[in-house]
Amino acid sequence: MIPEALALSAVLFTIGTIGVLTRRNAIVIFMCVELMLNAVNLTFVALSKLYGVTGQVFVVFVMTVAAAEAAVGLAIIIAIFRHGQTVNLKNINLLKG
Amino acid sequence: MPQSPGLFYQVHFYLFGLLAIASALAFVTRKSPVAAALWLVSVMFNLAALYVMMDAHFVGAIQVLVYAGAIMVVFLFVVMLLNLGHPDELSDIRGRWGRLAAGGVGLALLAQIMVLARTRFAPELQVPANPVFGGPPDRGAVGTVAQPLFTEHLLAFELTSILLLAAIVGAVAIGKRRTAP
Amino acid sequence: MPMPGLPVQEAAGAAHPLAGTFAEWIWLVPVLPFVGFVINGLLSLVPATRLGPADPSEGGDGHAHVEHAGGTAHDDAHHHPARHPYARLVSLIGPAVLALAFAVTAGIFGVLAGAHAEAPFVRTLFPWIVTGSLHIDAALQVDQLSMVMAMVVTGVGFLIHVFSVGYMQDDPGYPRYFAYLNLFVFFMLVLVLGASYPVLFVGWEGVGLCSYLLIGYWYSDKANADAGKKAFVMNRIGDFGFLVAMFLLFAHLGTLDFVGVGSRASQLTEGGAVVTAIGLFFFLGCAGKSAQIPLYTWLPDAMAGPTPVSALIHAATMVTAGVYLVARSAVLFSLTPVASLTVALIGAITAIFAATIGLKQWDIKKVLAYSTVSQLGYMFIGVGVGAYAAGVFHLLTHAFFKALLFLGSGSVIFAMHRALHHTGSHADAQDMRNMGGLRAYLPWTFGLMWIATLAIAGIPPFSGFFSKDEILASVFARASHSTLADASLLGIPGSALLMVIYVLGLAAALLTAIYMTRMMLYTFHGPNRTGEAERAHLGEAPWVMTGPLVVLGVLSVAGGLLNLPAFMGSLSQTLHHWLEPVTGEAALRITQGEEAHLALGTEGALIGIAVLIAVGGIVYAFMRLKPAVLLPKDQSPEAHGFERVLEHKYYVDEIYDRTVVKPVVGISTRILWKGMDAGLIDGLLVNGSGYLMRGLGWMGARLQSGQVGTYAWVLVIGVLAVLGAFSIS
Repeated sequence: MIPEALALSAVLFTIGTIGVLTRRNAIVIFMCVELMLNAVNLTFVALSKLYGVTGQVFVVFVMTVAAAEAAVGLAIIIAIFRHGQTVNLKNINLLKG
Repeated sequence: MPQSPGLFYQVHFYLFGLLAIASALAFVTRKSPVAAALWLVSVMFNLAALYVMMDAHFVGAIQVLVYAGAIMVVFLFVVMLLNLGHPDELSDIRGRWGRLAAGGVGLALLAQIMVLARTRFAPELQVPANPVFGGPPDRGAVGTVAQPLFTEHLLAFELTSILLLAAIVGAVAIGKRRTAP
Repeated sequence: MPMPGLPVQEAAGAAHPLAGTFAEWIWLVPVLPFVGFVINGLLSLVPATRLGPADPSEGGDGHAHVEHAGGTAHDDAHHHPARHPYARLVSLIGPAVLALAFAVTAGIFGVLAGAHAEAPFVRTLFPWIVTGSLHIDAALQVDQLSMVMAMVVTGVGFLIHVFSVGYMQDDPGYPRYFAYLNLFVFFMLVLVLGASYPVLFVGWEGVGLCSYLLIGYWYSDKANADAGKKAFVMNRIGDFGFLVAMFLLFAHLGTLDFVGVGSRASQLTEGGAVVTAIGLFFFLGCAGKSAQIPLYTWLPDAMAGPTPVSALIHAATMVTAGVYLVARSAVLFSLTPVASLTVALIGAITAIFAATIGLKQWDIKKVLAYSTVSQLGYMFIGVGVGAYAAGVFHLLTHAFFKALLFLGSGSVIFAMHRALHHTGSHADAQDMRNMGGLRAYLPWTFGLMWIATLAIAGIPPFSGFFSKDEILASVFARASHSTLADASLLGIPGSALLMVIYVLGLAAALLTAIYMTRMMLYTFHGPNRTGEAERAHLGEAPWVMTGPLVVLGVLSVAGGLLNLPAFMGSLSQTLHHWLEPVTGEAALRITQGEEAHLALGTEGALIGIAVLIAVGGIVYAFMRLKPAVLLPKDQSPEAHGFERVLEHKYYVDEIYDRTVVKPVVGISTRILWKGMDAGLIDGLLVNGSGYLMRGLGWMGARLQSGQVGTYAWVLVIGVLAVLGAFSIS
């Protein structure tokens, strides 16, 4: 089962990547990133069956960081939205050099 | 907990796996952010099922509680707060060439991961002689994770709590409506 | 600056006869003019007060400011007479340091004459360049040759300084002028007194600098500044030769001291390639400094400077430095007949070439300039054929009579300028066509210049006759019996070449007599062409100017006594014997160990021919030229045919301009400036690196689009690349 789980994880990660590349809505991109994190979590869990429970501990950490990231990221999105009335990344280039 | 998975187990493993993929595909293809978020919730539920099937009961539980229950709710909350539910307002998805290129890149990425997994990391992926299936049964689902978490990884755990605190403060500070100074 | 307290280092172990005598004070000789330079240079920082009217056209009403009757002596009417507040002090210091230097030189000269020193006395002041095997002291050398030269430099220099007091009195830059002049004398004394080639070279370059400064003294005129630059650049070509010769010398002998070179010169193969190359490169330096073909064209242009400068630098002293260098390097040149013959041949060709140009010049100073070039050629004939004493002798007499001629012409120009200034005329004060009949107005100048003319033409018993005759007789004698006669240059046997040189020398003597007489006729004889108004203001210059002329006149007459021909008994050949410790050995090597004495009859015949030619030239000029029909400059017709070629100096300047200057300027402009500098360095490297950075920055700015999607793409492609690298390896 473990190789299949890893393959699934790779597929989900790739789907998340494609989502990041194709979407322009900041929130959707954020969710794609969450999907990629979940794919990685799946890898951790699958491998914890082989190497012990540390992988699951790591998943807990990843989730915590994801939660923190979601909190800050969404706050930023709200701030940006207030600034430009949009979350479409096409219209946002505050990082322009 | 069968030593070698039986047909029932396998069928369900593939079922949840395929559902997860299908949900993920649906998630990235939906135009409406609300629909996408809900499909992502579906992915997370399926993953939670897989976690449970792989004896990570606690992780499966918090996957549902934290991810699907908390994080995704926040996402949906923001989407609705900002009134972004109307897909026609946004040219959200890139054009055909952008999608084709993204698909190509994705396939290439997948192929590379596969190649690397087959060649470079293949030996480590073989099931060891004495595989560790979960923790000792007496600790239960939570204790299995909690024991290393509060011993070996205590420092990281505490640091994570500080991170969360900082994230909360930061989120409040950033999301706060600016008043004129 | 050397200090009196410095310990005296002896050149040789045994005490030199001059050690501890007055000769120890030799350093005082160059230092005195340097002190003058410093003082006058400081005074020149004080600006001059203007005396003349602000508007030069007011000068036309004549008598309003008659108290400034001196006027400026140069021909640029835009300079107003303006006497410097410290002019009197400068007038005192400038000549006084020269007088003191002359006195010290004379004292040491007397000590040297009494000591009969065979070896030179070297006074080391301080170590100058000490590196590896190269050890050069700042040292001065007292020997027969250097003291003769120092006597000329300080003596004639003093007279010209005195003359300058009158000539330049109303120039606003008066202290600057004397500062330059003092500095020049300092460097010239370093040149002639230096005990090694590098020290000599310091003086050599220094006089070149002063020459440049003084030619362009009236720098507000572009032509003058250009003439200075021309002199400087042409001298650089020669200096290249000098440097290469020094390098070769050090590479093969390991020393650059005159004493060391003299003792080690025998290590060089006689007639070998090395010594020939050294000689030829030294002569390239001489050709630059002493205005020989092909580097002579700067000297006529150098007449743009004040006339006393022309007299001091471009006639009496600096331009003879090349002759001095050959005489100083006699031991080297005597080892290489090829180089010696080249020196003599170039000298002869220059002598005749410049003399022909002198035939058709109208500017009185240009005539004298070409005459100087021609006479320098004579000196090189002398030192080239190994008659070093004869060459130096002609150098001495030429210093006397050419300085006299230049100062005389300065007197004439001074008078002309004063007259023209009074009437506000803008006619050329230096053009002989505007002069004529000046003997009535300038009787002293007239008489003294005729003395100099007879001297330069070679009429006995004036000094030029003896020196010129000595050179020609030496050439004639060596044509039959010398190492030069046995050698060959470019396949022509040396004996034939020496006869050609002799004939060229005679021809140049004839031409010299003609063009000098022509100059005198057009300037002083015939009717006056200045115009009625100007005529009233013509007159002799003040005595401060005429006095030096008189002294130089006496020297021009009596200079021949220094070295009477051999057949005149015990008093004869004084200079020849005097210089024997320095050049005698070298001269003997060329004459193959025998004194080059001609039979009395032959020598008499040669003298007869020379005198006949000189007299013939003068008589021819008197019969042929008609000053009475000469028209002033602005009315005279254009010359035709060969006269026109001569008047344009064989178009040598134009040829140089076409063949050298234009291509160099063209290459510099198109390739070096536009291509290399503006294109490659400024464009490609300087601006190019800027553009490159700007381009990279532009690209970077494009990358920093602020589009997170783009960043994501770049990130993923980067991940692909990294993973790809993993999967490949």
